Amino acid sequence: MSSPQTYFGSLKHYEKGGVTIINDDPKNYAFSNIFEVAAKSKPYEKVAVGKNLKYVIEAVRAEGDSPWYETAHDEAVLVMDGELEVHYVKPDAPQAAAGKQGAIKLAGEPKGKKMGWVKIRRGHEALLPAGSAYQFRAKGDPGVMLIQTILGDLTIERWADICQK
Amino acid sequence: MSTATQVDTTTQARAALGYQIHSIGQFNFQRDEYFAHIKYPGGSHIIPIDNFLRSLMRDVAWGFFYGTVNFDTVFGTINHYGTVDMFIGLLNEAYRTSNQHYVETFDSKDLKRVFEGMLDDWTNEGFDPFAAPDETGVPFGRKHGNNKRAITRERMVAKRMTGLPGDLPLRSDAAGQPINRQFTDVPQDAPEVHAEPGFEKEVHAFNAFAYVSRSDVTWNPSVLSCVDDSQFCATTEEHILPITHGNDRVEWFIQATDEIIWDIEDGKTGRPRAKVVMKAGDVAAMPADIRHRGYSPKRSILIVWENNDGSLPKRYSSGELKPYPVEF
Ligand SMILES: [Fe+2]
Repeated sequence: MSSPQTYFGSLKHYEKGGVTIINDDPKNYAFSNIFEVAAKSKPYEKVAVGKNLKYVIEAVRAEGDSPWYETAHDEAVLVMDGELEVHYVKPDAPQAAAGKQGAIKLAGEPKGKKMGWVKIRRGHEALLPAGSAYQFRAKGDPGVMLIQTILGDLTIERWADICQK
Repeated sequence: MSTATQVDTTTQARAALGYQIHSIGQFNFQRDEYFAHIKYPGGSHIIPIDNFLRSLMRDVAWGFFYGTVNFDTVFGTINHYGTVDMFIGLLNEAYRTSNQHYVETFDSKDLKRVFEGMLDDWTNEGFDPFAAPDETGVPFGRKHGNNKRAITRERMVAKRMTGLPGDLPLRSDAAGQPINRQFTDVPQDAPEVHAEPGFEKEVHAFNAFAYVSRSDVTWNPSVLSCVDDSQFCATTEEHILPITHGNDRVEWFIQATDEIIWDIEDGKTGRPRAKVVMKAGDVAAMPADIRHRGYSPKRSILIVWENNDGSLPKRYSSGELKPYPVEF
C-alpha cells in the first residue's frame, strides 16, 4: 500500500479550481488563488483575497526584507510557501493609535525594546501581537504569506484582477 | 377473538431493538436498524441512520452552528442564538408551495439536551460519527453498547492563538493525538521561537498544519486564531460533509491542501446554483443566501474563515447587507 500524498500548492507550482455556474454569478464567490495573486504581486504588497465587512485576509509575497509595520490589534500570519523570519519590537513611541484598523507602515526600525523573533515555514502560523512593530525577512526563494487582519491603509483591493468573472 | 384497540406493530418492533423514542414538542424520533424516523404533525420523514447520526453529531457539537444545519433536503435546524427552529420542509420549495412544511421553535438548551440524549442512545459501540467512513465501524443493527468518548468531543476554540500560554494546547503523540493516516507526510517541524524575557505571551508561532494533521474528526471546524470577531477555523475534511450548511452570513474557505468539490444551492429553495472546485491555495466566499455541501476525495485541510459578529444574521436577512462580500 502506498502512503497518501498531501498536495500543497506553492508559488512555483499551483493548480487552480474554479466556479462552474448553474444559475448564479461567479462574482458572488470572489474566487481567487493565493499563489497566483502572490506570483503577480510586488514584494510585501498586501492584497486582499477575502473580505468579511471590516475583516480581511491578505495574500502577501514575502521576498527580501519588508518595511517595518505596526499594529494596534492582533494579527496572524500563516505561511503558505517558503520560509521567513518575523522580528518584533515594542516601540517606545507607538505610531498606531488605539483603535487604528489594519497595519501601518513605519519609516524604519522603531526605537524600543526588542521582543524577539520567530522563524516560520509552510504551515506555521505566528502572532503579530497588538501594540508591536514587526518586520518580515525572507532570505531564500520568495515565499507566500496569508495575513489575518482588519482592512487598513495598506490593504490593496484589486478584486477585478484576481477573481473569476 | 377481536379487539377494538389498534396495535402499532411497527413501533413495537422498533422498541424491541433496544432504542428509546425521543420527543420534544410535536416532534418524535424513532430509530430502527437502518433509519431514523421523524414524526411530526402532518407526517413522518425518514433519514438513513448513518447520515442522521453524523449530522446530529455536528449540530450538537457546534451548538447549532451559524445559520441552518440541513440534515437533508427536508429536515434541519436554524440557529437564532438562544432559540432554535426545528423544521420539516421549511427550506424545500415543494414543501413550501404545497404548504406541507412544519416548524417549531425551542430554547437552544432544551433541544440540545434532547439531541445529546438521542445521540448517546442511538450511537452504538464502534461507530464514531465524527470519523471518516473508512476509519470507523457501522451504526446499523440492534442497540449494542455506546461510544460516549467519541460523541462528547467538543469544538476546540482558541481565544487568541493555539499554543499560547493559557490558550488551547498543541497536539502530540504523548497527549494521545497521533498524526492521521492520511496526513503522515505533513511536516511536523516546529517553528523557531526566540522570545525575549517578558514577551513569551506575544512572540509566538506554532505549526498549524501539523496541529490539524492530528485532528481525529472530520468536518468539524476548530478555531486556530482570532482577530476580534475574525476566526480562522481549521478543519480536516474527508468523504462528504454530512449536513448541508445554510449560511446566515458570508463565510470564506481557504483550501490549504488537496481538493474539495462543493455543491452550492439556494439557501431558501434548494435549487442548484453552482459547483465550486477548490484546490490548495484557492480562496472562495460562500454568500449569505446559499447552502453548501462539500466532497473531499482525500483528507484535506480547509480553513473556514468566519465572522463571529452577532449582529450579522439580522443585517443580512433584513437586506441591509448584500449576500455577497465584494463588488467589482
Ligand atoms: Fe459552511
